[in-house]
Amino acid sequence: MTTPMLEIRDLHATAGETLILKGIDLVIQPGEVHAVMGPNGSGKSTLANVLAGKPGYEIVSGSVLFEGRDLSLLAPEQRAREGIFLAFQYPVEIPGVSNMYFLKQAVNAVRAHRGIEELDAMEFLQLAREKMKLVEMSDALMSRSVNEGFSGGEKKRNEILQMALLDPKLAVLDETDSGLDIDALRVIANGVNALRGPTRAMLVITHYQRLLDHIVPDFVHVLSGGRIVKSGAKELALELEEKGYGWIQAESAAG
Amino acid sequence: MPNESLEQLATRDYEFGFTTDIEMDIVEPGLSEDVIRFISAKKGEPAWMVEWRLEAFARWQKMVEPHHWAKLSYPPIDYQAIRYYAAPKKKIQLDSLDELDPELRRTYEKLGISLDEQKRLAGVAVDAVFDSVSVATTFKKELEKHGIIFCPFSEAVHKCPELVRQYLGSVVPVNDNFFAALNSAVFTDGSFVYIPPGVRCPMELSTYFRINASETGQFERTLIIADRGATVSYLEGCTAPQRDENQLHAAVVELIALDDATIKYSTVQNWYPGDAEGKGGIYNFVTKRGKCAGKRSKISWTQVETGSAITWKYPSCILLGDDSVGEFYSVALTSKRQQADTGTKMIHIGKRTRSTIVSKGISAAHGQNSYRGLVRIQKGADGARNYSQCDSLLIGSECGAHTFPYLEVANPTAKVEHEATTSKIGEDQLFYCRQRGLSEEDAVNMIVNGFCKRVLKQLPMEFAVEAQKLLGVSLEGAVG
Repeated sequence: MTTPMLEIRDLHATAGETLILKGIDLVIQPGEVHAVMGPNGSGKSTLANVLAGKPGYEIVSGSVLFEGRDLSLLAPEQRAREGIFLAFQYPVEIPGVSNMYFLKQAVNAVRAHRGIEELDAMEFLQLAREKMKLVEMSDALMSRSVNEGFSGGEKKRNEILQMALLDPKLAVLDETDSGLDIDALRVIANGVNALRGPTRAMLVITHYQRLLDHIVPDFVHVLSGGRIVKSGAKELALELEEKGYGWIQAESAAG
Repeated sequence: MPNESLEQLATRDYEFGFTTDIEMDIVEPGLSEDVIRFISAKKGEPAWMVEWRLEAFARWQKMVEPHHWAKLSYPPIDYQAIRYYAAPKKKIQLDSLDELDPELRRTYEKLGISLDEQKRLAGVAVDAVFDSVSVATTFKKELEKHGIIFCPFSEAVHKCPELVRQYLGSVVPVNDNFFAALNSAVFTDGSFVYIPPGVRCPMELSTYFRINASETGQFERTLIIADRGATVSYLEGCTAPQRDENQLHAAVVELIALDDATIKYSTVQNWYPGDAEGKGGIYNFVTKRGKCAGKRSKISWTQVETGSAITWKYPSCILLGDDSVGEFYSVALTSKRQQADTGTKMIHIGKRTRSTIVSKGISAAHGQNSYRGLVRIQKGADGARNYSQCDSLLIGSECGAHTFPYLEVANPTAKVEHEATTSKIGEDQLFYCRQRGLSEEDAVNMIVNGFCKRVLKQLPMEFAVEAQKLLGVSLEGAVG
């Protein structure tokens, strides 16, 4: 059997002082799309932040292997360069830094690490234009400061654009559907779907089933109280939509 | 000639003012009338200049060092322990850049300073210098063609004494403040610029200046006059780190803009800031002031201050002419144990005078950064307007940022706006950048440069690029 893209074993992790993840097991193979659903406070975003290495989030026990390597040994930027991408729930604004410049620096940092030649301004512009079509993004947003004054939908498009440019192996989408109207959701989902492929894995974190109508997962996991309490095929998402999270929480409490 | 370095060439200019009857080229420490007479004699100055210096000295003796109001702390300065005259020294000549301190060389490279420029700064004698010399000569000819006078101050005293006499001390009087008085008494050299009526100076006076900048000296004096309808952009300083054995620096810069004239004065200051413990850095007490004497005149200051242990500096504008405009764009960065108390004064006297203040303070490590700015609208300044924006950025938790705005409005038709923000480089911003593959250091640089953008874009293009890199280099080791 090949090495999994991501292998999480009995992961316990804290956010600040609080133990949030209490024994997560999850294996993701290349090409697979996994959805993680769960009620507020179940640990969904903590899982995303632990994978990306956000300061303040600590692995207490258990392990996270990325292509067989211990992820806890890598700084956030090293993880990014190795191919882990996090689409943020709340993308951050950076005043005075043009979006175009920011993206170019990021792409070249990743390319340098991978031993690929860095792009000059013209080459990058060409690449960016091509990828911008994926998320129907306008030139105007590229010359503005990173996320500054962007609408919710524009910020999320910008996230998916970055994902397209950085060409990650594992993309973690943290509540990418939050704050989107139905049209924006469709655009984002189309962009994400276009990026699916046999070598790329995705972990789609969401509260609602509706995103999964557009980005159809191979597997669905339900997170509750810091553990995965139920896993299944895409139909599980529909069941959750119908019954809410209550029955699963009740079931897992009983079991 | 092929082996003659620029340093020698530069000092040769200074020789014009020297008289041969004084053989000493250094004086004992201490300040007295005799020392001032000695300096003046060394420069071959006319009697009125000596009198002017002595007057300044007399005033200075009655003044006290302004130690109480600035938010700076430093040990007392012993003014009698300072040596007030030493003939310009030649730098030690190196045969190649390989002999240069590797750390300095790395810094040059990080700043993107060209090889030729590096050699010049390091005093390497090579053929490349030859090119610079011919460039300098070409510039000089071009300037002369337009009737522009641009020369060392000591030369101007002889070349155009009436201009010097008319304007020297007309913006910063000898008794203006303690450090200005000291400078007036003992200054050794500096730059003089005169742009005749209607002439637009055809080049940034930076390139030329940078080629000639060798020993800027401890007490520097600069006087720039833009006659009616003239325009000039002047660039002072250098992004390359500068060391000096003199710890105290007290320069004076005076600008005069007549009717419809424009002066743009840009500074990048990178004097040695001292080590991480704050030892050995330069004390920089500078008086810079411009007078918009004429109608519709404009004076614009842009400064990027990253060096010195102590920075005390308030480039100001006196808006005397109706419809005149004053601007102040500043980035001040303090790291290590650096302290900066800097800002501006905008004095609105003429009608419909306008001023803009944009100040960006960055504090890192144990740096202390204060903005101190005065906006005064005098009684006759009908319809005057001011806009001030003062932003502070903190990196880490040991540093400090302070804002001291002073506002005096004596005319009810004036409009004054002030905005101020203080922010910390957010963990979230840093993490966002790092998640995209940028190192923490690159992320900080990017955020800082974004923060300073409004000021940096005021700088001439090439210099803005260097200044951006300089901010990054200055923050090295302050993060993480």
